Amino acid sequence: MAEGAPSVPERLSFLDEVQARTPGESRLLMCIQCGTCGGSCPSGADMQHTPRHIFAMIRADMREEVLSSNTPWYCVSCYYCTVRCPQDVHITDIMYTLKRMSLVGHSYDSSTAPDFSKMFINWVENYGRAFELGLMSQHMLRHNPLGVFKIADMGIGMVTKGRMAFTPKRIQGMAGLKQIIAKAKELEETHD
Amino acid sequence: MTNLRYNYFPGCSLERNAEAYHKSSMAIAGPLGLEFAEIDDWNCCGATEYISLHMLASYAIIARNLAQAARNSPDNGQASAHDLVAPCSACYLNLSKCDKYMRTDTDLAEKVNLALAAGGLSYKPGSVHVRHLLDVVVNDVGSSKIKAQVTRPLKGLRVAPYYGCLISRPGLRTDEHDPEYPTSLDDLLECLGAEVVDFPLKTHCCGGHMTQISEGTGFELIRQLVKGAADYHADMIVTVCPMCQLNLDAFQSAMNRYFKTTYHVPVLYFTQMMGLAFGQNAVTLGIGAELVDARPALAKIGVEVPPPPEAEGAPKRKRDDKSLPMPKMSKQADAATREAKP
Repeated sequence: MAEGAPSVPERLSFLDEVQARTPGESRLLMCIQCGTCGGSCPSGADMQHTPRHIFAMIRADMREEVLSSNTPWYCVSCYYCTVRCPQDVHITDIMYTLKRMSLVGHSYDSSTAPDFSKMFINWVENYGRAFELGLMSQHMLRHNPLGVFKIADMGIGMVTKGRMAFTPKRIQGMAGLKQIIAKAKELEETHD
Repeated sequence: MTNLRYNYFPGCSLERNAEAYHKSSMAIAGPLGLEFAEIDDWNCCGATEYISLHMLASYAIIARNLAQAARNSPDNGQASAHDLVAPCSACYLNLSKCDKYMRTDTDLAEKVNLALAAGGLSYKPGSVHVRHLLDVVVNDVGSSKIKAQVTRPLKGLRVAPYYGCLISRPGLRTDEHDPEYPTSLDDLLECLGAEVVDFPLKTHCCGGHMTQISEGTGFELIRQLVKGAADYHADMIVTVCPMCQLNLDAFQSAMNRYFKTTYHVPVLYFTQMMGLAFGQNAVTLGIGAELVDARPALAKIGVEVPPPPEAEGAPKRKRDDKSLPMPKMSKQADAATREAKP
């Protein structure tokens, strides 16, 4: 490096970062590129890159390409790949890590799946419980307003059969839960 | 005989959308000698959504439930005292995974406990044993006790046993079983007298929230499962998870419209099938809340379910006078043609 050149800030490689942000051992380095994961994946056909491909891209430090791909957001979290992986790579956990990382720099350009998660946890963070009717109507109105008509019979069925609550339920220990969540988020940030 | 006592985590789905699962679980508890104590003021496990956004906070909110369960342990000195039973597969997976990861990752356990402390709680990893309801019924109660309760065998009913993905998977269970081809639900349903279909898709994923994210992806997974059951001439799919039930039952008509298909496969919970085999009343078991009508299938075993209130009486025709002349059938003739159909 030429003298006087600005020093490059130390940064974790993309691979190290993915591993560090995954709880326990991700075993990402153990991947032998066999493709069992993609072959087992129920939504693999709709992914821009199969899990095997994504792991090779992570090792090649292709940060933006990985984080802008729809792959993690199309993971249905069924753990089929995880139990079948001959190298015991914690694939589902890595997909969750990639989802979280893709939101930091707004790499993934579709908001449909991230918004669903955000709306879901918003109910949990304010009431302590999930609220299906609120979540579905909120999400559909924003992302698929015409879809409301397509599933109108289902909605009416769910309501007449008493399977939809009209008001969310709030737990008693909401104040405590909020403190727990706030503390966890604070710890997570200091970890970064 | 003393009852086996467990802590019980119903989860958000069982409060409303899957209330039938909760009702039927409670209904079979008595005859099986099981007692469930709901843990105090539990919160949502976060499903697959919370962890998609926040790692530590997602484990912390799950651990809050484990902490509540540890405080709530029924002190009857039995092996089941620290068992926490979850009927929902997603809750089961989240609770057991959180406990396992806290046991194996001390850094995670420490941070989760720092977060819990902010709410005046703490959790010692390993102090609660998380179990799915199917596991408790199959392994703690056992087939001989179950058989002894059967008064109305499900004879002649073809059922597709559907485990779904989350209870079958990732080595989080203490009792090792095949993650791709478990047989405990098959055996249980056989015990009840049903004809059990060898269902190849038994541990395939129902798609979870995918219907809301990408219709094509979500509906295709639902189609495969419903078609799979129909191909094997199953009268119904029997499930152990509220998310699977919601996808296969409530979204079945939307899936049919999407693919221009006409599948009609009702989806009931294994606890409802147990209750029926024990001679219990269909309404007590929450039967009738499913959107794909299960009555024709249940008629095979002589179970009558009262029709939903809105279906009573023929629909009124507004344009009766002005409509094109169409042959009108008497009710008896109509019924006769229906019966004549294969």
